[in-house]
Amino acid sequence: MKLTSKLVTGSDAAKANRAAHEEALRVVQEAAEAAAAGGGAKSRERHVARGKMLPRERVANLLDPGSPFLEIGATAAHGMYDGAAPAAGAIAGIGRVMGREVMVVCNDATVKGGTYYPMTVKKHLRAQEIAEENHLPCIYLVDSGGANLPNQDEVFPDRDHFGRIFYNQARMSAKGIAQIAVVMGSCTAGGAYVPAMSDVTIIVKEQGTIFLAGPPLVKAATGEVVSAEDLGGGDVHTRLSGVADYLAEDDSHALALARRAVGALGGHGGGGLQTHPTGAAPAYDPDELFDVVPGDLRTPYDIREVIARLVDGSYFDEFKPRFGETLVTGFAEVNGCPVGIVANNGVLFSEAAQKGAHFVELCSQRKTPLVFLQNITGFMVGRKYENEGIARHGAKMVTAVATTSVPKITMLVGGSFGAGNYGMSGRAYQPRFLWTWPNSRISVMGGAQAAGVLATVKRDAIERGGGSWSEAEEAEFKRPTIEMFEKQSHPLYASARLWDDGIIDPRKSHEVLALSLSAALNAPIEDTRFGVFRM
Amino acid sequence: MFDTILIANRGEIACRVMKTAQSLGVRCVAVYSEADAGAAHVAMADVARCIGPAAVAESYLKGDRIIEVALAEGAQAIHPGYGFLSENPEFVEAVEAAGLTFIGPSAKAIRAMGLKDAAKALMQEAGVPVVPGYHGASQEGLAARAEEIGYPVLIKAVAGGGGKGMRLVERPAEFERALESARAEARTAFGNDAVLIEKFVTQPRHIEVQVFGDRDRAVHLFERDCSLQRRHQKVIEEAPAPGMTEEMRAAMGQAAVRAAEAIGYKGAGTVEFIVDGSQGLRPDGFWFMEMNTRLQVEHPVTEMITGVDLVEWQLRVAAGESLPARQEALTITGHAFEARLYAEDVPAGFLPATGTLTHLSFPEGARADTGVRGGDEISPWYDPMIAKLITHGPTREIALKRLRQALGRTEVAGSVTNLAFLGALAAHEGFGRGEVDTGLIGREITALTAVTEENAAALAQAALVEAGLWQGDGWATGFTLWQPLARTLVLDEGESRHELRLRVRGPGACDVEIGDRVIEARRGPGGWTLDGRAAWPFAVAGDVVTVFADYGRAYRVIRALDRAAGAASDASVIEAPMPGLVQKIDVQAGQEVQAGDRLAVLEAMKMEHALTAPRDGVVAEVLVPAGAQVEAGAALIRLAEDGEAAA
Repeated sequence: MKLTSKLVTGSDAAKANRAAHEEALRVVQEAAEAAAAGGGAKSRERHVARGKMLPRERVANLLDPGSPFLEIGATAAHGMYDGAAPAAGAIAGIGRVMGREVMVVCNDATVKGGTYYPMTVKKHLRAQEIAEENHLPCIYLVDSGGANLPNQDEVFPDRDHFGRIFYNQARMSAKGIAQIAVVMGSCTAGGAYVPAMSDVTIIVKEQGTIFLAGPPLVKAATGEVVSAEDLGGGDVHTRLSGVADYLAEDDSHALALARRAVGALGGHGGGGLQTHPTGAAPAYDPDELFDVVPGDLRTPYDIREVIARLVDGSYFDEFKPRFGETLVTGFAEVNGCPVGIVANNGVLFSEAAQKGAHFVELCSQRKTPLVFLQNITGFMVGRKYENEGIARHGAKMVTAVATTSVPKITMLVGGSFGAGNYGMSGRAYQPRFLWTWPNSRISVMGGAQAAGVLATVKRDAIERGGGSWSEAEEAEFKRPTIEMFEKQSHPLYASARLWDDGIIDPRKSHEVLALSLSAALNAPIEDTRFGVFRM
Repeated sequence: MFDTILIANRGEIACRVMKTAQSLGVRCVAVYSEADAGAAHVAMADVARCIGPAAVAESYLKGDRIIEVALAEGAQAIHPGYGFLSENPEFVEAVEAAGLTFIGPSAKAIRAMGLKDAAKALMQEAGVPVVPGYHGASQEGLAARAEEIGYPVLIKAVAGGGGKGMRLVERPAEFERALESARAEARTAFGNDAVLIEKFVTQPRHIEVQVFGDRDRAVHLFERDCSLQRRHQKVIEEAPAPGMTEEMRAAMGQAAVRAAEAIGYKGAGTVEFIVDGSQGLRPDGFWFMEMNTRLQVEHPVTEMITGVDLVEWQLRVAAGESLPARQEALTITGHAFEARLYAEDVPAGFLPATGTLTHLSFPEGARADTGVRGGDEISPWYDPMIAKLITHGPTREIALKRLRQALGRTEVAGSVTNLAFLGALAAHEGFGRGEVDTGLIGREITALTAVTEENAAALAQAALVEAGLWQGDGWATGFTLWQPLARTLVLDEGESRHELRLRVRGPGACDVEIGDRVIEARRGPGGWTLDGRAAWPFAVAGDVVTVFADYGRAYRVIRALDRAAGAASDASVIEAPMPGLVQKIDVQAGQEVQAGDRLAVLEAMKMEHALTAPRDGVVAEVLVPAGAQVEAGAALIRLAEDGEAAA
């Protein structure tokens, strides 16, 4: 049935909510703009002066005109490395090329020569993970000096470091997920393996270079003096070495060749939503999300107000509405794609967790993708609840969420605290996509609670020793913890570290969900085999 | 009335004739050349027969072949249209000898009017005014003759042509000197210094009278003004003539009828007069020039003001009826214009153009007489006319406004046309006021052919069309989380290249950046707008997007793949493709070569490999001598780079 909103537009509460959301959005917007600017004006000018397109232009000219671009990690590395790596020095996202959804990873050479910071590696790997899970062809627009040497310890050696990029390329290629590289600048050392490991590689004449060691290192190692072009330029690689397959005249030609390569991929892997979008929108204006969602996370509200502004026609077929009411479950469509929605509407009780597990089973049976709307302070605590086995019921829900094979898409629309994060398909539960709103917060528990826990432990110790602890001393003790939680739970802090795929404007949630689903449907949905449910 | 007629023509006039004939229930036989097998007139005919190859001498001028077809198809009459065989008396005789009817005048009438001097003499006898002049054999006392004619006069070489041996003399005092120099020039140019003298009409207008005869009598259907001419080619015609008085119309009409009756004229004909427009139109200011013994190209303007279907009259009179109307029954209603739309390259000096008309559409509210359809080809074999656009209105002003509107809404893609020129002419102020003379276009040619400024909004529209956003833009178009992306597009308009950036902001919203300008394209309930104003109709064919703004602007899409394919052949060094013996070097330094020319021969693996020039250029140096053994990749010959002096 169609949901009915209780929003009173123009009320003081609505105005206050809107003001809070607009401010939260502004902060993120500024960060996103700074990230998109890359390495700053001077560096951009130098880049353009070499006849190269700026990275965002490269992405735009690769994609079909008007293609949506679902960017991943737009504010990655925000506030990290003293601000030296806007967007972690790379652009990643899903767009359409020749009508087909692809994952694009584009180095930004205006950011420290496109070298890989730890977060760059993480972003690249995350993009590959999305590509692999959703069967999206990968196009790498390469312009990178390789590993960022001052950070080599966090870039090179571990499992999820630089080497994993090429491992992923090989594994994806083996699965029939096309790997296409366009060398538009440097591609040095380990980076040389990106084109070398690709199925098809294009290189730009007198601009792209591929070598394991650049001219300075060659000179140091063997004394051989050689120009970059003669060592590993486009002519060499397309004519002599065979490392690259096509020689492009310039960036736009290279991108056109890449488009042609995608066009030649043949059979479509899955059958994304883009082939049959209905274009249906919610009946309630998504802009009203700013009015209905309280600015303060502590203020309760009805999550159906959010659902009404995310799903097609605001139609929501609610499942088990009278049981476990703090978890709202039900069926809806997002741009024509059926989804099961699991949304928090208060603290999770045992009934709610059981209902959640039941609903996830239902969706798995029907192969209906799941959308989790997180606004969760956690599972209910206290003797009554522990005694009735809330951990057991919570475990059922976690098991169901962890083991279902249907695509999961998680959106943090409010708090994401404690074990609630697990049951609601947090990052560890490998949702295909995880998006956050600017007003959301994520941490193991609330800052005040954490400080309270620490203070209680400390007070107990002091008082056991016969000492005393004044209120003022306790407040002083709690302050840094509260401040730390405040800082670390902010979505920009989270997104900088790629705990999610990006912060979005809440009003674009419908589109983001639709595009996420469309990408997810490129891969077939496997049968689910659940783990043991603790009954 | 005939049961079947054959139309010995092609293009718009063949279609025009068939339209009326078929409406009268007459079966139409078309003839066509091999080049016209798919032409509109062939499609329109009840029966069509191929009569030969494309060249007109082997098809449309093959009278005997056409008569054969007419007989074979059971036609009783042949309509010649205009041009081709329409004024060929031998053809008329052959048609009649075959027992068929020629829809037009007798061979005798055609002959009488075919010889211009004889025609003038004949007209003079019939009391029709001819341009005063001296055409006598005697070359004595010419100054006195000039005096009789009245100044200004024109001295012309009898054997003349191309303006050679021609002198304009304003005053008697200048006559002798002008005569001497004209004679001298004629002597050199033609070996004959005989001259004639004619009155010079200072502000000449070309006004012609439509006549129609049934051999016994003739009527006139008033005048047409065809003064707007470019190098004797009529461009825009109108009826009635601006400034025409009843008195003068009566005088001209009577003169024309006298002319027709003098030769027992049968069918449609036109008597052309030169008129002095310098002091307004006066009954004593028009002189006979010639008579066209056929249906004229510009006959529709007469039809529009009289309501007479001239082709219908032709058919009825040819079938033996007497004149369908008496002079008193003929009246003028309103005013009409005709503009001739051609495939021609105006900036290149009105050169005929060819090409496939990928799109062709004429607006409602105007009569378009055409012989081509969208998808048809304008071939180099025939007249490149696309259509005649005819408008009518209760007054000259309204008819002209309608003409302007019709020209503005005419859509032609696939070929350059004179549409913009016609539009400029229709908008000319003097023309608007009715101040026409045969020199108008010549004097104003620069302004009339001025290239219009680029139109950023039309360019933006072409870009959106090319990008597939015009129709194809739908759900989630341009979606991004934060900043919109900007895509680059390259379009050529003529010689100028435009690099544009398309910043898609969402479904139905795109900003097109052209240099410093930003055109905001938005789609509303009424379709797309560009900076708030409605978009134009457009057509796409291959790489060309034609936006019908400013009489049509064609934009060619430049794709990176094509661009690079051209650039790929700019290699300058010719290398040995494999190890071998240089058997022969064909060129030396400084020699000019063309792409594909053989430069050297390499003998390798028992084969001789010709090494060819990758592009046009000049050999800068030959790097190895003939007889040298070379490794694979060895540079053999180098072409000079642009701007490099050849060694």
